[in-house]
Amino acid sequence: MSEATAQVPRRLHGIPAGRVAMWWVIASEIVIFGGLVMSFLLYRIRFPEWSELASHTSTPMGAVNTVVLLTSSLFVVLGHDAANRKDNDKIRIWMYLTIFCGFIFLGVKSFEYYSKISIGYTAPSHIFWGFYYIMTGMHAFHVIVGMITIYIVTRGALKGKNYHRIEMAGLYWHFVDLVWIFLFPLLYISK
Amino acid sequence: MSTHTQSLWSRIFSTDHKVIGMQYLCTGLVMSLVGGFLAYAFRMQLAWPGASVPLMGQMDSAQYNIFVTMHGSIMIFWVAMPVLLAAFGNLLIPLMVGADDMAFPTLNMMSYWTFLFSAILIIISFFVPGGAFGGGWTAYPPLSANGYPETIDFLGTMGGNLWIVAVFIEFVAFLMGGINFIVTTFNLRAPGLTWYRLPITVWMLLIASLDFMFSVGPLIAGAIMLLFDRTIGTGFFNPEAGGDPLLFQHMFWFFGHPEVYVLLLPALGFVTEVICTFARKTIFGYKTIIFNSIAAGLLAFVVWAHHQFISGIDPRMASFFSITTIIISIPFAVIVFAYIATLFKGSITLTTPMLWALGFIAEFLIGGVTGIFLGSSAFDIYAHDTYFVVAHFHYALFPTVIFGGMTAITFWFPKFTGKMMVPILGKIHFWFTTIGFNLLFMPLFFVGLAGQHRRIFNYSAWPELITQDLQNLRVVATIGMLIICFGQIFLFLNIFWSLKKGKPAGNNPWNANSLEWVAPSPPGHGNFAEIPTVYRGPYEYSVEGSEVDFIPQNQPPAKS
Repeated sequence: MSEATAQVPRRLHGIPAGRVAMWWVIASEIVIFGGLVMSFLLYRIRFPEWSELASHTSTPMGAVNTVVLLTSSLFVVLGHDAANRKDNDKIRIWMYLTIFCGFIFLGVKSFEYYSKISIGYTAPSHIFWGFYYIMTGMHAFHVIVGMITIYIVTRGALKGKNYHRIEMAGLYWHFVDLVWIFLFPLLYISK
Repeated sequence: MSTHTQSLWSRIFSTDHKVIGMQYLCTGLVMSLVGGFLAYAFRMQLAWPGASVPLMGQMDSAQYNIFVTMHGSIMIFWVAMPVLLAAFGNLLIPLMVGADDMAFPTLNMMSYWTFLFSAILIIISFFVPGGAFGGGWTAYPPLSANGYPETIDFLGTMGGNLWIVAVFIEFVAFLMGGINFIVTTFNLRAPGLTWYRLPITVWMLLIASLDFMFSVGPLIAGAIMLLFDRTIGTGFFNPEAGGDPLLFQHMFWFFGHPEVYVLLLPALGFVTEVICTFARKTIFGYKTIIFNSIAAGLLAFVVWAHHQFISGIDPRMASFFSITTIIISIPFAVIVFAYIATLFKGSITLTTPMLWALGFIAEFLIGGVTGIFLGSSAFDIYAHDTYFVVAHFHYALFPTVIFGGMTAITFWFPKFTGKMMVPILGKIHFWFTTIGFNLLFMPLFFVGLAGQHRRIFNYSAWPELITQDLQNLRVVATIGMLIICFGQIFLFLNIFWSLKKGKPAGNNPWNANSLEWVAPSPPGHGNFAEIPTVYRGPYEYSVEGSEVDFIPQNQPPAKS
C-alpha cells in the first residue's frame, strides 16, 4: 500500500468486508460440493446395489472423525472468543488445538485410505469408490487449507495484529466441518 | 499512472485495480488474436477444402478438430471472460462506486496472475505431444473421457488434461475476482451512493458475478471427475464402467448457460451508459432494467438442459426447459425496448462508442430471436448440431463480446489512457467489423437449415452438403471472416496511434455523469483526490431548468 492510499479512508457500510467476502467464498464452495453431492445422490438412487459397497466404509472411523471435527469447531469458537478479548495465551491454546484436531482427522483419514487401498478398493475399482475418494479427498484438501489459514491468522494475532481474521478463519473452519456433516451420513451411515 | 516513482517490479505486480484491469484487457486482446487465427484457419479450410491455408499450410482433420475446440475454449474462457467481466469489472467498479481501489487489492492481483497462468497453460497445450484438446469446447464424454484416446488418436491425451487443468485454474481466478467485485460493490460505495443510484453497469457486473459464482461449482466438480476419468481410470462418465456421460452434460451446461448471461449482462451495462450519454436522455425504466436483469439472472439457472434436447432427456423435462428458455427472452426483450425508448426523441450523436452500442442492439436482436426458435424443443431437434446453432450462437456472442467490448473500450479509452481515440479510424473499424460479421454468419443460418452439421472437416462424404450452392455460401462466409480480420488492423492502428499522439481527453470528454468521470484521466493511485459524495442518480441528462444538459452524480442539489 502506498501512502496515497493510506490517506483515503475506506468507507465501509455495515458488515466488515472480510466477513462479507468469507460468506461469499463459502457460498461458492457450497455450489462446488453441492455439484458433487448431487451427482453422488443421483447415482446412489439409481443403483441401490451400491449399499453393499457402502457397507465396506468404516463407520467407527467416520464417527471418530466426526467427533474430532465437531470438537475442533468448539475450539475455534473459544479461540474467536479469546480473540475478541485479545487474550493471546488463550488464542494460542484454542487455535493450535484446532489445528491439532485437523491433524488427528487427517491421520485417521490416511489410515482409512490405506486400509481401503490395501484391500483393493481403489478409486478406479468402482464409481462408488471414485466418489468416495473425490468427495473425502476434496474435503481433506479443504481441511488442509483451513489448517494453514488458521496457522497464518493465529501467528498474526499472536503478534498483536488483525485479531478479526480469527473470526474469518473460524467461519471457514465451520464450513469445512459442515461439509463433513453431509459426507458422513452419505458415505458412512447409509448402507 | 502514478505520480510517485515505482520500481518495475511493483508496476508489473501491481495491486492497483486499473493496472490489473489493463492487464486483463491486454491478455484478453492477445488471446483474441490466437482465437481469431484459429477461426481464420478452419474457415479457410471450409471454403476451400484441402487447399493450403496462407500462414499455416495444409490442414488435416486432427488439426481441424483441435482448432475448432480451441477457438471455442479460448474465445469464451480467455477472451470474453477476461475482457467483459474481469477487465471492465476491475477498471469500472471501484471508480463507479467512488472507491480508492477494490476491497481486497492483493486478492485482485492474485486473481490476475492465476488467470495468466491458466492462459499460459492453454497455450502450452498446443505444443505437447499429441497436440491440444480436440474433443469440442464442451468436452463431452465419452469422447473426452478415459479409455478412448487409445482407439481415437486425435484426442491428444496430455493436451486434454492440460485443457481441464487450465479451465479449472481459470475458474478459480474468476472466483477470486468475483468475490472482490461483490464485496467492493457492497461495502465500498461512496457516501450517498445508494443501490438505486448505482450506474447500471455496476448492477450488471454484480449480477453477472453472482451468476458465475453460483453456477461454476458443479463444473469444477465435473472437471475434477473428468480429470480422474482420464488420468487414473475412474468411470464416472464411462458407460462401460457403469458411469453416465449425460451427467457431465448437466454439469457443463449448468455452468455453460448462465455463462452466456455472465457475458451478456456486463455488455448490456456498457451499452446502457453509452446510449444515455449519447442520446442525452435519462435511461428509460432504470428499475425495470435492474429487476429484469435480476429475473434473467435467476432464470439463467433453470434453462441449461435446452442444450440437451437430443441427448436423451425425458420429453417432459424438455417441455419444462423449452418453456423456461422462452420465458428468459422476456426480460431481455424488455431491456431492449427500454433502450429503444431511451433513444426515442433523444439528441443522438453517432460517436464510435454509440455506433457500437446501436450495432449491439441491432445484431443481438437476431441472436436473441433465433434463440427463441432453438429454445423450442420441436425445432431444436431438427436444427441441433447444425450451423444454424453456430450462427445463432455467434449472433448472440459476437455482438456481446466484440460489439459490447468495443463499446466499452472506445467509451472508456479516454478515461484510462488520458488520450482521445481517432473517430474516423474507429468508424472504419466499426463498419468493416459489422459488414464482415453479417457476411460471415448470415449464410451460416442457411447452410444450417440445409442440414450442414458442425465440426466436420470436409463435407465430401455427404453428397447433399457438397453442392455448389452450399459451397458458395461457405465461401461468402469465409470472405466475411477475411473482412473482419482486415478491419481489425484499424483497431490496433487506432490504439497505438492514439496512445502516442491522441488528443488529451480531460476529465470528462463525453460530458457524462457517473463518478468515474469526476476522477482525473488517467486516474492516479487512489483514484479520487477525495472520496466524492453522491447526491443523485447517474443518468440525469437534459434535466429541465438546468443550464447544462448533464448533472454529475457528485453535484449537490441547487439551493432553493
